[in-house]
Amino acid sequence: MPATTATPSLRKTPSGIRGLDEITGGGLPAGRPTLVCGGPGCGKTLFGIEFLVRGALDHGEPAVLMTFEERVEDLVENTRALGFDLDDLIRRKLLAIDYVKVERSEIQETGEYDLEALFVRLNYAIDSTGAKRVLLDTIESLFAGLSNETLLRSELRRLFLWLKEKGVTAVVTGERGSGSLTRNGLEEYISDCVILLDHRVTEQVSTRRLRIVKYRGSTHGTNEYPFVIDRDGITVVPITSAGLAHPAPKERVSTGIAHLDAMLPGGGYYRGSTVLITGSAGTGKTSLAARFAEAACERGERALYFAFEESRDQLTRNMASLGLDLERHAKSGKLVFSCSRPTLVGLEAHLSGMMRQVDAVKPAVVVVDPISSLLTGSETVAVQAMLIRLVDHMKTQQITLLMTSLVDAHAALPGTETSISSIVDGWIALRDVETEGERKRMLYVLKVRGVGHSRHARELDFGDGGIRLLDTARAGVSTPPRRAGSKRARK
Amino acid sequence: MTLRLGDAGGNGTATHATWNLRLYVAGQSPRSLAAFANLKRLCETHLKGRYTIEVVDLLQHPQLAEGDQIIAIPTLVRKLPEPMKKIIGDLSNQEKTLVGLDLIER
Repeated sequence: MPATTATPSLRKTPSGIRGLDEITGGGLPAGRPTLVCGGPGCGKTLFGIEFLVRGALDHGEPAVLMTFEERVEDLVENTRALGFDLDDLIRRKLLAIDYVKVERSEIQETGEYDLEALFVRLNYAIDSTGAKRVLLDTIESLFAGLSNETLLRSELRRLFLWLKEKGVTAVVTGERGSGSLTRNGLEEYISDCVILLDHRVTEQVSTRRLRIVKYRGSTHGTNEYPFVIDRDGITVVPITSAGLAHPAPKERVSTGIAHLDAMLPGGGYYRGSTVLITGSAGTGKTSLAARFAEAACERGERALYFAFEESRDQLTRNMASLGLDLERHAKSGKLVFSCSRPTLVGLEAHLSGMMRQVDAVKPAVVVVDPISSLLTGSETVAVQAMLIRLVDHMKTQQITLLMTSLVDAHAALPGTETSISSIVDGWIALRDVETEGERKRMLYVLKVRGVGHSRHARELDFGDGGIRLLDTARAGVSTPPRRAGSKRARK
Repeated sequence: MTLRLGDAGGNGTATHATWNLRLYVAGQSPRSLAAFANLKRLCETHLKGRYTIEVVDLLQHPQLAEGDQIIAIPTLVRKLPEPMKKIIGDLSNQEKTLVGLDLIER
């Protein structure tokens, strides 16, 4: 990832915060203050601290943290849980923390004054560490402590000019105001770069969003980007700006079912493509998905199976009754399961967790079964954004992704799946059809991008011989078979 | 440069402890000089014989600002008697200064 943007006039300081440097085209404006604002608990303090820590650890840039809210010991303690060892940085003289306590009840104002001592303290801290990065968190506390607002504002203006002259890249946090970005209008003094953090609870699931309100002199992503805070700090999840420039492998991978492979000339899905299998309950989606994963393992490849509705034991047991030996591949390490409840964490946390596991396991194929579980209670737009991100990640690494999705049996065409279907390369629909008093499972290949496919329906059969597709004539569907010489399987 | 001034040898009564006052300044700015002058006058009037004034120039000793949590210049800190009191400004408002130092009889 390049540290500086192509724009010659504006230098950027890489923030080191995962995902942020992508959205900002290189990081925060170097030598200027950036305002990070949001409501309580939105993560602005952590944002600032991570900026300092990454600068120190990754770039050897010392930093100064001037805190108006927390005592030094509390700060060190509270950030330890997020993987930041501030004590260590202080010891190594890479970080200086100055706790500025402004208690109105302790101060009597008796005439003219200025805030020169604050400048002195900040200057001393910067000079004694050689700091390049500064965090002021949150300078709005001064407004609560001092009654002379006119003076305070003019001193703040002076302070931010002074910071620029000092050549440090500063992050200044501000409390969200109602009607203005910050409660005390800090955005009036800091206008080079303004980032807004938001923390919402929707349908009992908490989601965090980041938005770059302003970035003078630079193009930037203007959307709201979800982010997560976990033991590794902050991770922003941007829709990749890389666009659609993925490598397109020509190789095919088997679906695991010989008859289905036969329906697709070339013998399977394109490697690195994304396939969706939809169907109502009990139509066999999981079976197809599991078989696909098993086939990968049989080829010696690793498969990562994300299950959102069944436990590993349930899956293995159910599939065993169909003749699939998932347990064997799980034991050998070729098949990795990741089972969790979809409502346990928010969408963004799921996504970042999944991507992290993909990076750790490095599978050749990934199964998400079912993706529809993640739709529960989430806005479709958010899900779609997440899916695009996930699909992109897979394509970039040429991992074949297979997702199942539960649909309403009575819908003529799958509903929300139409939006997902435009993202995927292949779409197989399973449907139960009643003919002559018998229920049959039908498989329709609705879409396979770039590959000619058989346009009719085949019946899906789960028998002792494994998963098979029966010839349409046997299934009683009147569409004539396209393929000459298609096999007639006996039930 | 720290300066200790006082009239400790005067007629201090046993019941009143010596007042320890510390004035934080930043160089010899007009405000700092005014604050010192106002403080001296006030002490001579109300605390004659039982005070010491220590002047701390933060431009010379920046590291001393943190200890007493100084952010404004000038700041007067009453170290003794306890509890500590902090007064900011050039002390031109004598009444407020006296209230801040808790010197006004009620």
